[in-house]
Amino acid sequence: MSAAARFFSLRRVGAMALRYLYLLRSSGPRMLELFYWPTVQLILWGFITQFFVTNSSWLAQASGVLLAAVLLWDVLFRGQLGVSLAFFEEMYSRNLGHLFVSPLRPYELIVALLTISFIRTLAGVGVAALLAIPFFDFSIFSLGLPLIGFFTNLLVMGWAVGLMVAALVLRYGLGAESLAWVAIFALAPVSGIYYPISILPDWLQPVAWALPSSHVFEGMRAVLIDHQFRLGDLLMAVGLNIVYLTAGSGLFLYAFQGARRRGTLLHTGE
Amino acid sequence: MQAAAIEVQDLSKRFDDIMAVDGLTFAVATSSVCGLLGGNGAGKTTTLSMLLGLLTPTTGSIRVLGEDMCAHRYRVLARMNFSSPYVDLPQRLTVRENLLVYAHLYGIPNVRARLAQLAGELDIEQFLRRPYGTLSAGQRTRVALAKSLLNEPEVLLLDEPTASLDPDSADRIRSYLLAYQRRTGATLLLASHNMLEVERVCDDVIMLRGGRLVDRGTPSQLLQRYDRSTLEDVFLDIARRPAGVA
Repeated sequence: MSAAARFFSLRRVGAMALRYLYLLRSSGPRMLELFYWPTVQLILWGFITQFFVTNSSWLAQASGVLLAAVLLWDVLFRGQLGVSLAFFEEMYSRNLGHLFVSPLRPYELIVALLTISFIRTLAGVGVAALLAIPFFDFSIFSLGLPLIGFFTNLLVMGWAVGLMVAALVLRYGLGAESLAWVAIFALAPVSGIYYPISILPDWLQPVAWALPSSHVFEGMRAVLIDHQFRLGDLLMAVGLNIVYLTAGSGLFLYAFQGARRRGTLLHTGE
Repeated sequence: MQAAAIEVQDLSKRFDDIMAVDGLTFAVATSSVCGLLGGNGAGKTTTLSMLLGLLTPTTGSIRVLGEDMCAHRYRVLARMNFSSPYVDLPQRLTVRENLLVYAHLYGIPNVRARLAQLAGELDIEQFLRRPYGTLSAGQRTRVALAKSLLNEPEVLLLDEPTASLDPDSADRIRSYLLAYQRRTGATLLLASHNMLEVERVCDDVIMLRGGRLVDRGTPSQLLQRYDRSTLEDVFLDIARRPAGVA
């Protein structure tokens, strides 16, 4: 066995991803929830867009900008939820004690959480994106190759926030689980999802530019409105995401070590 | 005494101002069945958690199968396992799915054959396709035991292994565990409140009280030492002894 194989096992990551897929498959309501919100959001904003297109010259120039924003925002939100909720499942089922007496490393659990988050996000937002084509005559795929960069960056930012939420819940218990539903919304006003960052007060703009999401949404508008791809924004998002994902993973691993000190891995539950 | 499978030296665990385990030193011989006895709060679960690497000691050292559990626990975790009725498996997964996931985590070769073998031996075949959450407490105990035996562990730690089982099932499980131990030469360490069980299966008993080791011996040695006819009476003698008396 190579040194790398001793420290990291794709088989163990695969086992955990399989477990999350089993969980997803075992609950009809949870499967439905996966597609429900992205689709409802899409329909709501689709009709709003149709109304504004006939009443706003700005939107008439780029009618897809709101729908693209809605879909990409959901990538961020679903990415975060995918990590947080999968981890909560371990706590609900009081399973951490079994998991961590197995050879599973905590960082392998992180990779498994990110994997299942990717699958959940792709499925949930993918369905909504496909529905947008016949219902609202808008294809997010018209963004072209930059879409891959936007999707990836928002997903990674969602992962980072999801790991931070999981770390807080590991530290403070399931009483903190509501953070999973509210944490990302604190970032929404400064992410420039539906409006340019320049709209924000001067003092708030540096906060916005410190978020990968702001660079993605600015880049998205540049593609849709100005038909320009801003590589600088994408690279900034990538750089910031490296910092955020490192911080999220570090916080999770730190919380895990803290749980080993306090003995909560064996007693964590509902 | 054969080489020790588990060696514990000056082990302590403090939670704020509570000393849960206080200076434990003991060794468990390879291929022995050792019982960890003590009342509530004696430090049994805390000790098991530290042996498994789920809990970091405040001071002291633990070696399992020759490896330092504080520094290199991943070298040995694949050779150990654990079962407790107080740690669950995911409720919505079927028994088969749960066992499959753990079989992959432990890297079991020929997973299907191993699952079929364990299901037959532990009599869980009939509910392999049922969600774990729909099982009775006794059925869950058997499934948890199947999970703990997936990797044919060389060291098996058991917390109340027959809790929630009716006498017939409990007896079968005890017989099965002993047969497993004889067949594989595994080392078993079990924490239990069931004195009859300890008397029947253990060849070495460690008595804990207030996080400290207060006595140790074979069941017959303990009965002789305390001039009692059952381990339960020995347990009561130790549990009711005034604090500070060794």
